[in-house]
Order: sequence, then C-alpha cells, then structure tokens
Amino acid sequence: MSEFEIPPPPKGGAGALLPPDAGRDRPLFIVAAILVFLACIAALGARGAWQQSQRWTEDLQTSLTVQVRPVEGGSASEDAQRAADIAAAMDGVANATARDRAHAERLIAPWLGTENIPDDLPLPLIVEIRLEPGIEAPLDALREAFDEAGINASVDDHSRWADAVRGAATRSQTLALALLALLAGAAAAVVAFASRASLAARVDVIDALHLCGAEDRYIAILFQRRFFMLGLKSGAVGAIIAVIVSLLVGTGSQAADASFFLPSWENNPFEFLLLAIAPLLAGATAALSARLAVITDLGRRW
Amino acid sequence: METSIDPSFSNTSYETSAPVIRFDNVGMRYDQGPEVLRDLSFDLPRGSFQFLTGPSGAGKTSLLRLIYLAARPSSGRISFFGRDTATLSREELPHLRRRIGVVFQEFRLLNHLSVFDNAALPLRVAGKKRSDYAEDVAELLAWVGLGDKMKANPATLSGGEQQRVAIARAVVAQPEILIADEPTGNVDSEMAMRLLRLFVELNKLGTTIIFATHDLQLVRLLDAPVMSLAEGHVHIRAPRSQRQAEYQRAEDEAAAGHREAFEDIGRPPLDSPDGAERDE
Ligand SMILES: Nc1ncnc2c1ncn2[C@@H]1O[C@H](COP(=O)(O)OP(=O)(O)OP(=O)(O)O)[C@@H](O)[C@H]1O
Ligand SMILES: [Mg+2]
Repeated sequence: MSEFEIPPPPKGGAGALLPPDAGRDRPLFIVAAILVFLACIAALGARGAWQQSQRWTEDLQTSLTVQVRPVEGGSASEDAQRAADIAAAMDGVANATARDRAHAERLIAPWLGTENIPDDLPLPLIVEIRLEPGIEAPLDALREAFDEAGINASVDDHSRWADAVRGAATRSQTLALALLALLAGAAAAVVAFASRASLAARVDVIDALHLCGAEDRYIAILFQRRFFMLGLKSGAVGAIIAVIVSLLVGTGSQAADASFFLPSWENNPFEFLLLAIAPLLAGATAALSARLAVITDLGRRW
Repeated sequence: METSIDPSFSNTSYETSAPVIRFDNVGMRYDQGPEVLRDLSFDLPRGSFQFLTGPSGAGKTSLLRLIYLAARPSSGRISFFGRDTATLSREELPHLRRRIGVVFQEFRLLNHLSVFDNAALPLRVAGKKRSDYAEDVAELLAWVGLGDKMKANPATLSGGEQQRVAIARAVVAQPEILIADEPTGNVDSEMAMRLLRLFVELNKLGTTIIFATHDLQLVRLLDAPVMSLAEGHVHIRAPRSQRQAEYQRAEDEAAAGHREAFEDIGRPPLDSPDGAERDE
C-alpha cells in the first residue's frame, strides 16, 4: 500500500492524452461550420432547382392542349365539351377539361383587352388533357377521333418548346449539382487543411507518445477520434444554421418559381438525410485528414 | 569531498555477455550538413554503465538519438540485441522502443497531464491498466522525491523536479536500456548524487545505462567506462579500476622483466598513458 494518494484517473479516458482544445481548434471549427453551412444551402438549393425543373418537364410531358375552333353552324362550347368527352374516354388519359369562352377571352385579353371582344367573335376554346404519367401522347388517335366527330380541333403536345424547357431544366440541374460538388469539395479541402494545421501545433504530443513506445495506430486513433468529434460538432452547427436559413427563406416566398435555387425546407426525407450526413461527412473528412497527417508525420521519423 | 559509490557494480557482467548495442563505422549528418558523428565503432555490453561526455555541440544528443531510434545513421550499421536496425519495420519500432527508456535533455513532458500521468505514460501507451500500475508509479515518484507532487502540472515544477518526472517516466517500464541525456543538468549536486544513485541501482538490476553529462565530478564518482566525443570521433576510456589493474599488471610485468636487468633501479622506467588522470 502506497502511503501517497494516487491521483484519480483523468477525465476523458484515452482522449485525455491529447491536450484540451484551449481555443486552438476554434478556427477549424468555424471554417468547417461555415463550409458545411454553405454546402447544405447549396444542396437545399440544388434540390429546389432539381424539383422545379422536374416539375416543368413532367407538366410538359403529361399534358396536351387542344384548340377547338367553331365550325359553321356549330357551337364551339358544345364541340369543346364533346372533344373533352372523346379524349377522356381514351386509354392513357387521366382527365380532360373543356374550358369555356370566358377562359378563352382571358387568354387573349392581354392583346385585345376585355372590352373590345364582340360577343360573336368566333374564339377557339381550349381543352386541357392530362395524361397518365409515362404514357406516350396518343396524338394520332385523338386527331382521328376529332375528325370523325366533325370537330375542328388541333392538338398540341408542346413539342415545339418542350425541348427548350427540357434543355433549360437539365442545365439548371447540372449547375446545381456542380455547385454542390464544388462546395463539398472546398469544404473537404479546407477541413483537411485546417486539421493538418491544428495538428502541427501538437507535434510535441505525437513526439512524446511515439518515443514512449506508442504504436502508430494508437496515436492515430487518438487524433482521429478528437478530429472526428470536432468535425461532427462543427458540421452539425453548420447544418442546423442552414436549416434555419432555409426555413426563413421558405416562409418568405410563396411562388415556387421565386424560390428557384433558393434553399427551401419541405420536411422531406432528403432534408433529414442531408442534416444527418453533412456533419458525419465533415467529421469523417477531419478524422481522415488527421489520420493521414499523423501517419505521415510518424512515417518521417523512421 | 568525493563520495565513492561501490566501484565494483559496473563490472558484474562486463565483457562476458553479447553487446546490447553495437555501432559499426557509424556516421551521422543532419540533412545535407557536415557529419556530426564520424566512423563510430563500439559495443555496449549488456548491463554496462557507460558515461558519455564531450563539449557542448560534440554530438552527445545526436549519438543518443541514434540509440533511441529517433534518427537513422547516414552511414554504417547499428544493431540492437543483435538485430540490424536498418531492417526494422515501423511496426516493430514501438516494441523495440519499449525496451529503451529515455530521459530527454529537454524533458519533453506533456503539460496537460499530471506528474503522475506523465510518469505513467509508457505503461499507458503499452495498454496496461491503471489499477495495475498506479501503486508502482506512486512509489517510484515518491522515491524520486515527488510523492507530494503527483497531481501537479509539470509546467509548475522547477527544472530539477521536471527532470525527475522525466527520469521516472524513463524508468517506469523497467527498460533494458536506459538513455539519459544530461539527467542531472538542472539539479544541485546533492540531488545529482541521489539521481546518480538511482541509475546505479537500476544498473545493478541489469539495466544497461548510457549517461550523458558535462559533469566530470559526477563521472569521477563511478568506476565506469567513459565515452568521450570530440569532433565527431569517439574515444572510450576503460573504467578506472580496469586501467589501474592493467597499469599494475604492466607495471608488474615490466618490473618482473626488468628486475634482473635493473636490480638496482627502484622504479620501473614505464610511463602510464593515463598517468595524468591517476592523481584525481
Ligand atoms: N536537428 C538538427 N538539425 C541540424 N543540426 C543539428 C540538429 N541537432 C543538432 N545539430 C547539430 O549537431 C551537432 C551536435 O549537436 P548535439 O545536440 O548532438 O550536441 P550535444 O553534444 O548534445 O550538445 P549539448 O551538450 O549542448 O547538448 C551540433 O553542431 C548541432 O548544431
Ligand atoms: Mg545535447
């Protein structure tokens, strides 16, 4: 039995072999948090852009517009209704709605105004057809059926500008992904750089442990664990701030178009996944670069 | 004034067992600099006590760095326990290193750990359980006079106290080789004596000791071989007792040989090469 009081084990287990942060790691913490924040914002924005362009192309692909022109002695609105019924009966058509004359007047109002349209001006009426998703538009069948029923109708599948919209959608998706990749890459590089820098200040610890017979793995794990926790914490802070910002931005703008490329919070799994993954990635990057730095440093010693 | 410490201790296993450390034409330089050490060849026998002296900048620390495997020679060969260190892999290094205790000239204590945890570090990194070593570490610290400072932060200790923590850390795992770089550089002569006695005790228990020091007073206290470095070269001087015995033998032989021829001459006409040091 020793007559001296043996000090209690230090708090923090093996981790206590490393010096406490003492503010030395604050730059790394802040930089990592900012970059994770930006990457999350970019991811949420990219998600918005992606969804928006997805919606455009889907709309275009699943809708047809039919113009029903009045024929001599016939009623345009009756023809429109018949056309809608014919279309609705077809395979692959989800629904077909005949729009009335008021709708047609509204469409031309920007050019002619509301006052100047004579009641008897023959206006083409619109029938909107929604297709079931994934169905090839039955253009020929529709045209044939309208001809047979004696309806003067033209069917438009938007193909003239669908390609342009699709192109724009693809470009904005690519841009969003590229932006995300760039920010994620920059975040990883900076986190790696900063963890190396704050490791350099602890060479004395690596030295002492190494010279006391610690195995490389033992030393690497100490630093790895420390930097993983650091990256995790700062990543969590960055991700949470990104969520707050996107919630704020989301409440401000109602129209979907206005939030294009702006982060928005929609309570879907993607967001929760992002929130979980971003800090983990930051932690893993910091841990990995700390490990590489320690192993490289140790490797130089023998 | 000189207290003598049992002069026979260092010769117990001298010359009988294989060397723990062998240098063959070892040279060392830092990067592209000049050779700090040149063409060193020597054996350190198991269980020996070896002083290492030399003026500041002579390369004592550099030589010790080679021995504690913190540097590789730029030429020549070093072997440990019969094993060429050039063939050592990184994986083997920690295990070999655990057989070597080092007291660094600049201590290299970790200021975020207590004195106790600093001293226990080699046991801890070797994966030993705290409950298994706590008593031993406490006893060792008490022995070097730090029993009441175990919880202290090393940065708050005096140079001599830090030095003793460094010594405790170096010996705590009972290494086979103990390398001490100026281990008494920061303590008064009384404490230096006490620490030297600790090293002597460890040596008696079989530890091979290399003790670098400027302090020639300390060197004279022991009857141990002295390695002196100067201008990159090493000169090893046998222990005093051995030199005296050899001198005596030479003297006797010479006396015997000359007795007949010079019956009438009282003194043998021999001059000792170490004559200057005999009358210390
Ligand atoms: N890390 C280094 N890089 C370059 N040169 C070095 C390094 N360490 C030591 N030297 C040089 O090697 C030579 C020997 O230095 P060393 O520290 O081995 O001497 P020493 O005998 O231990 O001196 P002291 O008694 O002052 O501790 C010196 O000329 C020194 O300048
Ligand atoms: Mg030195």
